[in-house]
Amino acid sequence: MSAVRVLVGTRKGAFVLSSDGKRQKWDVAGPHFAGWEIYHIKGSPVDQNRLYASQTSGWFGQVVQRSDDGGKTWEPVGNQFVYDGVPGTHQWYDGTARPWEFKRVWHFEPSLTDRDTVYAGIEDAALFRTTDGGQTWQELSGLREHKTGSSWQPGAGGMCLHTILQDPKNHERLFAAISAAGAFRSDDNGKTWRPINQGLRSEFIPDPTAEVGHCVHRIAMHPSRPNVLFMQKHWDVMRSDNGGDSWQEISGNLPSDFGFPIEVHAHEPETLYVVPIKSDSEHFPPDGKLRVYRSRTGGNEWEALTRGLPQKDCYVNVLRDATSIDSLDSCGVYFGTTGGQVYASADAGDNWTAIVRDLPPVLSVEVQTLA
Amino acid sequence: MIRVVLPAHLRALAQIAGEMQIDVSGKATQRSVLDAIETRYPMLTGTIRDGVTHNRRPFVRFFACEKDLSHDSPDTPLPDAVAKGTEPFLIVGAIAGG
Repeated sequence: MSAVRVLVGTRKGAFVLSSDGKRQKWDVAGPHFAGWEIYHIKGSPVDQNRLYASQTSGWFGQVVQRSDDGGKTWEPVGNQFVYDGVPGTHQWYDGTARPWEFKRVWHFEPSLTDRDTVYAGIEDAALFRTTDGGQTWQELSGLREHKTGSSWQPGAGGMCLHTILQDPKNHERLFAAISAAGAFRSDDNGKTWRPINQGLRSEFIPDPTAEVGHCVHRIAMHPSRPNVLFMQKHWDVMRSDNGGDSWQEISGNLPSDFGFPIEVHAHEPETLYVVPIKSDSEHFPPDGKLRVYRSRTGGNEWEALTRGLPQKDCYVNVLRDATSIDSLDSCGVYFGTTGGQVYASADAGDNWTAIVRDLPPVLSVEVQTLA
Repeated sequence: MIRVVLPAHLRALAQIAGEMQIDVSGKATQRSVLDAIETRYPMLTGTIRDGVTHNRRPFVRFFACEKDLSHDSPDTPLPDAVAKGTEPFLIVGAIAGG
């Protein structure tokens, strides 16, 4: 019997939501690490009971937690993220130079092939990797040391590396995205990197088509087609059919093309999900209606999914790491809100129900489909 | 034996209840106490002071004997009452927020 485990990171702890394959009745476990911010929790694709969690606090800094039993028990592992060499400076909001300084881990991306290898995206933006299950972390410094690195500036949420994608067909290829530097690709397993932002247009920077400086919010791919990438940028939903070498806008008929997350259906590589947000200054759904938009055509043509979602007086946000999918035959789609709700659809977005309604603000949602 | 009181979040992280009692080698200073804490409870490394620079984290304060010792040198001897274990060394999360 298949089952689903939803890993939820919130402003005040972690929760593990479990259900069988019907996805109708849910068990809610938590909070784990009560009172701490849990930026992200993700399981290894190699060992579903091996989880990694980013536990942070403005008072007490970064803790990395690891579980080997699917989130029932946890063990703190290494929390030292030391930049390689002399890290130099990047630009601050006012354009002045500012030393790189570790603040927190935004995102863990466990390896597709080894449960002890995990990539970590951190603020100030850099990519780290462990090969010993999180005991020690080493920077893949070729990204931060790219010739444009000293010109990178933070987005409003900080200068975070929030997206890490592994090409399942080419283990030398990695993608990363940084707010507000843009998207980057490595073709040598993380040693060297190049910006892949051609085709992006960002009116909020002096040169709207600059090589870097774009506030990319999230990138998604379907594992069967790793050369096809989908991006939710600060404004604009974008698509690349050549591994990021160039991008085309696919915002089409969306009511707003501002937003944070983007997801791809588990079995339909041309079916996408976004959650439009009114604007960069009003981080809530247009018209107070919480609507997920689905495209079955790889973009441009979008339909509103509303059944079971609040259609009036709703002013929550859905953050960049707060959507996920399962891979059951009828693809499940999930998202968490800054209002503390976690919504699930067991039918690819047609109908939604809230698994829980009153958690702390949700920072991240990851789903594991358990055999 | 030094008595140490941790904030609730760090007691939970270290899985201890109530006061911590810890032996330090040599003179009792902030540095020797924190070294001893991190040796016995490695999960606390980096949570009270930076794991590399050993600078006190900005929102962590050190109190003892009704005094704020946060800005003392880490090598300044702690008050006799702390060294003798009659008063605890308080590690406090600063009041912040609204």
